[in-house]
Amino acid sequence: MRPVYIAGTALTAVGEHWERTALSLAAEVLQSAMTASPQQSIGALYVANALGAALGQQSNLAPAIARAAGLHGCETLTIDAGGAAGGLAIRQAMLAVASGMYDAVAVVGVEKVSDVLDERREAALALTTDGDWEALHGVTLTSQWAMLMRKYMHDYAVASADFAAFPVNAHTNGVASRHAVYRFAISADKVKNAGMVADPLSLLDCATVADGAAAVIISANPHASNTRAVRIAGSGVASDAIALHERTHMLDLVAVRMATTRALQQANLTIQDVHALDMTDPHAICAVLMLEAMAYSPRGTATTLAMSGAIQPNGTVPLALTGGCKARGDMVGALGVYQIVELTAQLRGTAANQVANATVALATCIAGIASTAVTHVLVAE
Amino acid sequence: MELARHWRQRNARYRLEGSRHRSDGTVAFPPREGAEWEPYVLSGLGEVLTFAVVHQAPTGHEGEVPYVVAIVQLVEGPRITAQMTDCVASAVTIGMAVEMTTRLLGDTGADGLLLYGYKFRPVL
Repeated sequence: MRPVYIAGTALTAVGEHWERTALSLAAEVLQSAMTASPQQSIGALYVANALGAALGQQSNLAPAIARAAGLHGCETLTIDAGGAAGGLAIRQAMLAVASGMYDAVAVVGVEKVSDVLDERREAALALTTDGDWEALHGVTLTSQWAMLMRKYMHDYAVASADFAAFPVNAHTNGVASRHAVYRFAISADKVKNAGMVADPLSLLDCATVADGAAAVIISANPHASNTRAVRIAGSGVASDAIALHERTHMLDLVAVRMATTRALQQANLTIQDVHALDMTDPHAICAVLMLEAMAYSPRGTATTLAMSGAIQPNGTVPLALTGGCKARGDMVGALGVYQIVELTAQLRGTAANQVANATVALATCIAGIASTAVTHVLVAE
Repeated sequence: MELARHWRQRNARYRLEGSRHRSDGTVAFPPREGAEWEPYVLSGLGEVLTFAVVHQAPTGHEGEVPYVVAIVQLVEGPRITAQMTDCVASAVTIGMAVEMTTRLLGDTGADGLLLYGYKFRPVL
């Protein structure tokens, strides 16, 4: 397999794009990414979109985006693997380029969620749970994380207030993040006093699901201009039971651990080598369980790690550098593509909350309660 | 209205029928397919492993908020996800002893179905 690089990247501001369709958001970022890396011979377009069909807009978006962006007749694929779709699209592009099948593949992640009211969005997001044995009973994805949070608090004697460092950090970082939905800081008290979405999860510890699109050109040739070359050094994917009740150890996100181990092994690096990371973090409990699955922190201790300041931009595990799913927003199927665009900026030294001298970055995105997990390791050369 | 989807689950929904392994006796729920499994009706007794109180519901459950969803550890071994009923949210605790009861789970609409199935309540 030959080395694979990130060439052009582009993203739109995350938010409520009332006047735009998924197609127009996607075509715009794709054209921007192609403009940013000219002379790439694009053989295929992989599109990550989790909710287009569920929200009644459009399935099989990829051919429409290809045509709108001028990639007439090129191979296309639409991936709808929930919140892991973006990461899986990046991986498929990497495999296609590494194998020599194509010299360059375009990846677009796009999500359009603002056209429907909350209950339809909750129902669409719940499609990544087990339809007959979970969703039918009124279970939402948020309530599944809430059940995990309650079990975590019970098993490890952790208070709900101990989780507040995560949304507080996300909002602090969101202030400087130009494409974030919410660019203001919040206090731990405000998190504690917010209304409940799924008790024990309050509104200020819940992701802001929003519209957005991001694009990346994956190529065998490093970026042509004088910016630093960013290589995809490792890529790992793993799966787990989609139903939470089928897992022996509910608080162990097995798929996250396996995907991250595989990606780091391929990169010949360890988790301690990572300078900047981004993960699917719709709630603090999700970040907590992912940090523990990645072995950043022993079981039951990740809230202490967060309260120590380690997750801040100048800490040892800088999280949510662009605002996380809380302040930047959660674009579901597009999230995994945003992560690669954002971390490429970190490795090129052009990010808003820049980690000094960052040369290794790690991105993890998941579907549902990590029934699918995808991890990528990026290295600046 | 997805008639067949709900009809084929009738034994599991109405009487908590899962499966028992013919040789090692392992009990499974939802029911398993395959010659090595035989139908097995669970007792419906268990305890709350964890739960959440839903305030923002998905389509079809808007009128039920706030409601409690729980993962119940059944005495025969399997775990099951279901709603709690016959008690207020503040009365639910981890470790609470519960039993299965049959309740209306939902209504698929004007031309649709009334879906009945299992919920759990504090042991009477």
